[in-house]
Formats: sequence, C-alpha cells, structure tokens
Amino acid sequence: MIENRFLKTLKAKFKQFKQNVFLLKRNRLTKLAFYGVIALFLIAIIVPIALPSDIHVDQDTNPSEKLLSPSFEHPFGTDELGRDVFKRVLLGTRISLNTALIAVGIALLIGVPLGAIAGYFGGFLDEFIMRITDVFLGFPPLLLAIAIAAFLGPNLQNAMLAIAIAWWPWYTRIVRGQAVSIKERQFVKAANAIGTPSMKIVFKHVLPNCVAPLIVQASMDIGGVILTIASLSFLGLGAQSPTPEWGLMVSTSRNYFLNAWWYSIFPGLAIFFTVLVFNLLGDGLREILDPKTRKN
Amino acid sequence: MLVKNYIIKRLLLGLMVLFGVILITFFLTRVIPSNPAAQWVGPRATPEQIQQATVELGLDKPIYIQFIKYFKDLLSGNLGYSLRSKQPVINELKTYLPPTLELIFMSTILAVVIGIPLGVNAAKKKDKALDHFCRFFSVGAVSLPTFWVALFLQLIFYRWLDLLPLGGQLDTRIKMLYEIPDYTGFLFLDSLLSGNWVVIKDVFSHMILPAVTIALYPIGLVARMTRSALLEILSEDYIKAARSYGLKERLVLWRYALKNSLGTTVTVLALSIGYTLVNTFLVEAIFSWPGIGSYIATAVVALDYPAIMGVTLFSAFSYILLNLTADIIIALDPRVRV
Repeated sequence: MIENRFLKTLKAKFKQFKQNVFLLKRNRLTKLAFYGVIALFLIAIIVPIALPSDIHVDQDTNPSEKLLSPSFEHPFGTDELGRDVFKRVLLGTRISLNTALIAVGIALLIGVPLGAIAGYFGGFLDEFIMRITDVFLGFPPLLLAIAIAAFLGPNLQNAMLAIAIAWWPWYTRIVRGQAVSIKERQFVKAANAIGTPSMKIVFKHVLPNCVAPLIVQASMDIGGVILTIASLSFLGLGAQSPTPEWGLMVSTSRNYFLNAWWYSIFPGLAIFFTVLVFNLLGDGLREILDPKTRKN
Repeated sequence: MLVKNYIIKRLLLGLMVLFGVILITFFLTRVIPSNPAAQWVGPRATPEQIQQATVELGLDKPIYIQFIKYFKDLLSGNLGYSLRSKQPVINELKTYLPPTLELIFMSTILAVVIGIPLGVNAAKKKDKALDHFCRFFSVGAVSLPTFWVALFLQLIFYRWLDLLPLGGQLDTRIKMLYEIPDYTGFLFLDSLLSGNWVVIKDVFSHMILPAVTIALYPIGLVARMTRSALLEILSEDYIKAARSYGLKERLVLWRYALKNSLGTTVTVLALSIGYTLVNTFLVEAIFSWPGIGSYIATAVVALDYPAIMGVTLFSAFSYILLNLTADIIIALDPRVRV
C-alpha cells in the first residue's frame, strides 16, 4: 500500500520532470544555454585531469615563446612568460565554477535558514532578520564584496567568503516569502497540531517546499557571482598569480594587450561566454518554473 | 495622507539602513582585523605610529565608546588619512569626485537616449528581430565583464582604427597650449563655458570610450524595463480607445503609452546609477580617468584601508539615497496608491 503510493508520487514527479525537459527543449536559446553549461562542467572536470595543473600553471614557462600570436600550436597565443593561453583559459573554468558554486553554497547556508525562521516565526524575529537584510542590500553587491575582501586580505578564499556575505540576503528574502505562505497550509498546521517541534517543522516541512524558487534564483546568480569573482581578481582582491583565473589573466594582460590582443581577448571571452550561458539558463528556468510568464 | 505616511516610513527605513551600513563598516575596520591600528596605518608604520593610531582611533576604550567616536568622526567628515598620500581621505574624495560624476552623467544620458527608443521599438515590434536583439543585448550587457569591454574598445578605437585617445581626460599638448578655466571643477562643463572648440572636441573625444563602456549596463536595463512596462500599458483600454479614435500609431506609442511607462524607467535609471558608480571602479583605471574609481583601484592594490573605506562609505550612501529617491518617485505616482 505504502509502496504503491510511493510509486505514484514518483511517477507524478517523473511526469513533471519530463514536462519540464520538454519546455526546456522548446525554448531554443535556453536549450543551447543548457548544453553550454554541461560543456563547461565537462571542461571543468576533465581538463585538470588531462593537464596536471601545476605543470601548466607555473612550470610551463618558456621565455623563448613569450607573447606569440595565435597559431596552430597555440590557438590562443602565449602570455608574457611563454605559457599557452588556451590551456590556461581551459584550466580557469574549474576555478571559476568551483568558487562560484562554493560562494553561492555558503550564501544559501546563511540565507535559507534565516529566511525560513523569519517567515515561520514572524513577529520580532522576522522584523529583526529582515531589517538586517535591508542593511546588507543597502550596498551594491560588488561594493560590499570589495570592502570585505580588502579587509579580510586579498586571496581567493576570502573573495568567496566576501561574495557569500554580500549575497545571502537575497535568499533570505525569497525563502521568507515562501515560508510566510507555506505556514498557513494544512500540512504545516497538522504537524503543529500533533506537537511537532517548531524547528523540525521549519526544516522538514517548510524548507523542502522552497526549493524550486531557490534553484531558479541560484542558477540566475551563478553568472553574476562568476562575474564578481573575475572583477575582484581583476582588482587584485581575488586569485593571486600564478593561478590561471580569468579576471586575473585579463588584469595581467593590461601591460601587454596593445601588442598582444589575444592575451586579453580570450580570457575575457571565456568570462563573457560562461556568464552569458548561466544567465540565459537562469532566465529560461524562471520561465519554465513560473507558469505566469510561460509563453503559449 | 497615505503617501505622506509612506514617505516618512521610507525615510526612517533609509536612516536605519544608513546606520546599519555604518555599523558594518565599523565592524570591518575596527573589530574583524586582529590588529586594527596596525592595519589602519599600514605595514610600514613604526610601533610609535601604531601606538598613536590606537589612541587616535580610540581602540584602547570599550567597544561602544569606540563606535560612538567612529560615528562622530563620520558626521564631522573625518575619514582618516590616506596611507599613500598622507592627505585626509575626505579631501581626496572631493578632488576625485567630479570626473566620476561627469562619466556617470554621460552614461545616464546615453541610457536615456539609446535605451528608451530601443525599448519602445522592441515593444512595437514584439517578437520580431529588433525585439530579439533587444533581449539579447540586455542579457549580454549584464554578462559582459566591463573591464574587458574597456580593453576591447581601446584595442579597436585606439590601436587598430586610431580614432580615439587611449586614456586620460585631456591631451597633454592641448593642456599646454590652451588655458582651461576652472569655473566649476567639472572639466567638460568648464571647456564648454570656455567656448574653445579645440578643447571641447578633445575633452569629448576622451570621454567617449569610458562613457560608452559603463553605459552598456544601464542601456540594456532601461531598454528591457521600458519594453516590458510598455507591453503591459499597450494592452490597456485607454490605448484601445486612443487607437479607435484613429490616432496615429506613433502618437499613441510615444505620447500616450510612453508617458505612463516613464515611472518605471526613472526608477530603473536611479538604481542603475548605483551600479554604474561601482562599475567605474573597474573601468576608470584602464582609461587613466582621474576619478574615485581609479582612486579605489590603486588603494586596493596598495591596501590603503582608510581610502578604501572612504570610497565604500561614499558609494553606499549614494546608493541608499538613489534607492530612496526611486521609492519616493514610485510613491508619488497616483496609480500605485492603495
């Protein structure tokens, strides 16, 4: 009996998943973006295995081959130390995706429980938490990240932390909005009536029902976070040399780019392509998961 | 009456956010660093200087007294001394602000002049080529690393086409040949007032690339918001009525519909100015533009903490003020009143 019901829900879930995939495929641009994201993840996983990074990051220097223009051997040319820009751009994929995912992950860890607590308990706690988010949202996110990263000390870990601190209030707002409406639903009231502890209700009943809008928001944010990491590195507040981080590469290229255009163009294109693909996917996901904006 | 209450409430919230921002910056500068005094005076300071800074910042006092002192210092405009130039940060901000304001002003004009027509035409030809272009442009503009756009434009217009200067505000030769009067502190305005066409042309040509670079983001945003606001308005009854009178479509679109969408546009514009300000941090240094963006970029590299904090506070305050303005503009719109 129980198994039967379980199968039924599984079937319903599968049907919904199929419908979502169908909608995803119907929107050509979103489909392309989806494949682009998969390609990026594949590059991020495979390339560092195929090219052991320490060799290509700092040992693969070759003074006789510095600042060569793109050729068959070096598709993106070489940099001021004679390293292959193509390999470094590929290696940078993992760094950007990794840092962005971790930064968004930390922001979710801070923001989601706070939002659920604010929405579920309401009253003073709600007011208090939401006013704190107001203060954090009083900064443009990049500005707050710059200030925090500068005071924590310039390196990639601190940049990630700084971004997470600048980003969590958005998730708190979303989850709070959801929690406020979910707590009025029958199943939450029922759980409350049989004496389930409040915290258990929050984490077992309220949070799982906030997942869909969170996924959309997080996937829309990944693009912005990757851009912010690149910007911090460009300013000297993120990755440090010789890490093959895209923003840092563009930053170093500033001294050479007038005579070596490939050095700045390709890492920049990598940032643009990655951010664009995530933004398009996020845009498409919002349309799919929000029936109101779905086109007929 | 309701509007008045809302505005008062919104003002109070704005004050609270300002206070919170000051609290956060206090924590960043005085509480989180393991030795705030040493950080504040820089790595090359002598033990005596660190000792002096400890007393000056009040770090030997209890934390709430430290905060009161920090708050008072801010109110009196005391932001500390830059580690590099040894000048008061507040004075440096005043010198570096006009060039940045000029850039932001130009980019806002571009956003209005290009963004609004783009949005209107996209709405007029929904789901046609121009509309797709508009969507792609606005998503693209949000995804572009501005610092890279700056380098790219320099490559094209300076290195390859040799049409525009690489950076700076004014050609050195022109600076030496002509006397540029200092009426307002804003170079572009001053050159206009001087009426000297050689100078005006040169100042303008130096401005084009940085202004276009930071304008991309607001143009995309304004176009997109204008489009969606117009689409909503175009389906309303009064537009149908205007059309059934036989009014020209151009008149309906540009006079009757656009007027009602301007509230949205102004709000978006106010918000995007805040983002533009932070974008200048990434772009100005590339163009050797002597504004607060270049100032904070060099401060970040040298870890000049008082300077970083000065720019941060200034930018956060302007952002909050812009947000407040946008919200009040919305509240004054009679259709939003409940």
